[in-house]
Amino acid sequence: MLQTFFPLFLQLLMAGGLALTLLLGAKYLGPKRPNLIKRQVYESGMDPVGSAHQRYSVKFYLVAMIFIVFDVEVVFLYPWAVTFKDFIAAGSGLGVLAVILPFIAILAIGLLYDIKKGGLDFDS
Amino acid sequence: MTPQFLFFCLAIVAITAALGMLIARSPVSSALWLILNLFCVAGLYLTMNAQFLAVVQVLVYAGAIMVLFLFVIMLLNVAALPSVRDIDWRLGVGFVLGVALLAQLSYAIASSTDLMPAEVSLESTVATGSVEVVAKELFTRFAMPLEMIGVLLLAATIGAVLLARRVSPK
Repeated sequence: MLQTFFPLFLQLLMAGGLALTLLLGAKYLGPKRPNLIKRQVYESGMDPVGSAHQRYSVKFYLVAMIFIVFDVEVVFLYPWAVTFKDFIAAGSGLGVLAVILPFIAILAIGLLYDIKKGGLDFDS
Repeated sequence: MTPQFLFFCLAIVAITAALGMLIARSPVSSALWLILNLFCVAGLYLTMNAQFLAVVQVLVYAGAIMVLFLFVIMLLNVAALPSVRDIDWRLGVGFVLGVALLAQLSYAIASSTDLMPAEVSLESTVATGSVEVVAKELFTRFAMPLEMIGVLLLAATIGAVLLARRVSPK
């Protein structure tokens, strides 16, 4: 059973190993000639002024909340996506569809409500 | 590479990441350590054949919950904590010893009573933790609760929209 996930672990290991190698290589092998301008925070060519902590629009909070809601939706869609073909093969594809489509529809109402209320409209 | 070996490797990384999270100075490094810890826990679930739980762990915890944490870090002006060197090391040693004693005591109590969880065979975990089994239960027996969860999430969406609504000046 675990053997099926071996490629996954291998990929994680390689990704982590590559990132570590590159970071440590740049840290220990690269030349370092720091000066005042190089050590400044990169701010798209502007002089960095003031603190990064400002008042943000509450819209960002809304986007985060909507993301969490749909993230939880994905948790329930994921087993459906994995097993839908098995359900069709077992002859109960329509029944499962009758369960999952109302679920998606209920959450789509929330998204429509959000769009109607201008929750995703950043210009106003 | 046995599951046990993998389990202990992941457990060591998870504990290291958790400690790193606790002693990191800036909240952002703490958050990064926490992500490593959450991924290791997902790996632990995989070694115990709970694939669905592993996916949910990455999706919900490393995804959604981390977004919430980063939001709090962004919105609140969280200053970096004082350096670890300012913390008395004797406190740390005492904490570790205390936790070790607690673990030993609870192990002794649990093994002398019947609180100890029974050993679970690998085959039975495959029969409960895989996505197929979860889906089968979720879309047949628990279809109605699933729709209820949909309504609950709808309520959360509407609540968030109402909270973030611009109050019109009157």
